[in-house]
Amino acid sequence: MSDSLLKTPLHAWHVKQGGRMVEFGGWSMPVQYTSIIAEHQATRNAVGIFDVSHMGRFWFSGDNVDSVIDGLLTRRVAGLEPGKIRYSLMCRDDGCILDDVLFYNLAGYRPNQPFMMVVNAGNRKKIFDWITSQMAGKGIRVEDRTPDTTMIAVQGPLACQAVASLADSDPAQLAYYTGRSGTVCGHPAIISRTGYTGEDGCELILESEFAEQVADEILGRVRGDGGMPAGLGARDTLRLEAAMPLYGHELTESTNAAQTGLKFAINLKNREFIGSAAVRRAMDDKGLPVRVGLKLEGRRAARENCEVFSNGNRIGVVTSGTFSPTLNQSISMAYLTPDGAVSGTSVEVDIRGSKVAAEVVDLPFYSRK
Amino acid sequence: MNPEQLLYAETHEWVHLEDKGGQKIATVGITAHAVEQLTDLVYMELPQPGSSVSSGTSFGEVESVKATSNLYSPVTGEVVEVNSDLPDNLERLNSDPYGSAWIMRVRVTDEDALAKLMNHTAYAKQIAG
Repeated sequence: MSDSLLKTPLHAWHVKQGGRMVEFGGWSMPVQYTSIIAEHQATRNAVGIFDVSHMGRFWFSGDNVDSVIDGLLTRRVAGLEPGKIRYSLMCRDDGCILDDVLFYNLAGYRPNQPFMMVVNAGNRKKIFDWITSQMAGKGIRVEDRTPDTTMIAVQGPLACQAVASLADSDPAQLAYYTGRSGTVCGHPAIISRTGYTGEDGCELILESEFAEQVADEILGRVRGDGGMPAGLGARDTLRLEAAMPLYGHELTESTNAAQTGLKFAINLKNREFIGSAAVRRAMDDKGLPVRVGLKLEGRRAARENCEVFSNGNRIGVVTSGTFSPTLNQSISMAYLTPDGAVSGTSVEVDIRGSKVAAEVVDLPFYSRK
Repeated sequence: MNPEQLLYAETHEWVHLEDKGGQKIATVGITAHAVEQLTDLVYMELPQPGSSVSSGTSFGEVESVKATSNLYSPVTGEVVEVNSDLPDNLERLNSDPYGSAWIMRVRVTDEDALAKLMNHTAYAKQIAG
């Protein structure tokens, strides 16, 4: 593997755990340690421990950070209360998507820097430059602390209790999409009730030097219950079952935010943001392809760019697909023209030259009880 | 089958050769190393009996949760039989890669192509390197 790849503070830990390292977004990351299906099931039934340190972490300083950043996000964050975290899209002027991000208001971890943002690994430089240029002259500074910090997602039905036993409080006391400054293994940490698996759990942000100790301690607490480290492979199958979009697949610079179906993440009421006019127009355009779920016959997965047909006509394209370990069948997300994007519609997916029958279904494919 | 007595392609397929009524029949599968690298196999596409396969070209595919991989024929000839039970019992690739998880049998028509195959020692060296 190329030495030019970035390494997270847990790189040596992954290798020690038997991680199979691959390139992702410029980083060397574990795709799996044992088996994707085993790591997937461990997360659904017990705990999966994911290194998400490759995600970009920016801290803001200055006055009125929330009001200024509000102008860059599809979701309202002006006046965001302390402890709250918002998932949002970030658009260009044309309404197409630069990234999907989490914006936090969490006083306490960094003095005078309550506001932070987590962005996708592959978009880190792009978004840093975008924010910097858009905020020029507004008295706000953004600091990229990705290399100095670690981010560990602890996901699964037993995740919160495992972290509670190591932290100064129980993450299960936090509402979803809230967080707080606290301690984990005695070290300062941001603890949030967030994740990307469709499972309960939390995410921890700490200074890099504590990464290995915290990962070891969590693993020690969960191993007896079937918990294990989980790689990018399981992260992808888990998020796909939960129908969470992935940047570069469901979300791209040629996808308008209005097409994503992420209504909760787009607030056009009495506010303007970069791209809002174009998103409004796209909301009214009933011809644009929209995001749907597909359940395919059999176990063969449709992958990105497989074409979708209805009565012989091409009606769209698959953006992600996999074999779903939970449903034991092949699932995909796709963008289809609106007349074909109706649940229950029978379609065909062209998988490397053969047509496979599929049905348009409501998202998500999986939601926890 | 004893893996030490099989022949191997660089692309991680194994071959067992036998003479049947004057014809050279090759039984083909994928190695334990290949199965371990692929992990989480969920789908396999077999060739049609009667079809032609050619050394070094794709004759089918195997799919894991993560990716789809081509299967490359280590021999040239005509497919005379396929293991049609295998796609529904892919766990056999883990438990018995050199036995019940055989993939196809080929009547070899070009014996020169066999010269490219490795013995077990050479293959073991390749995967160790």
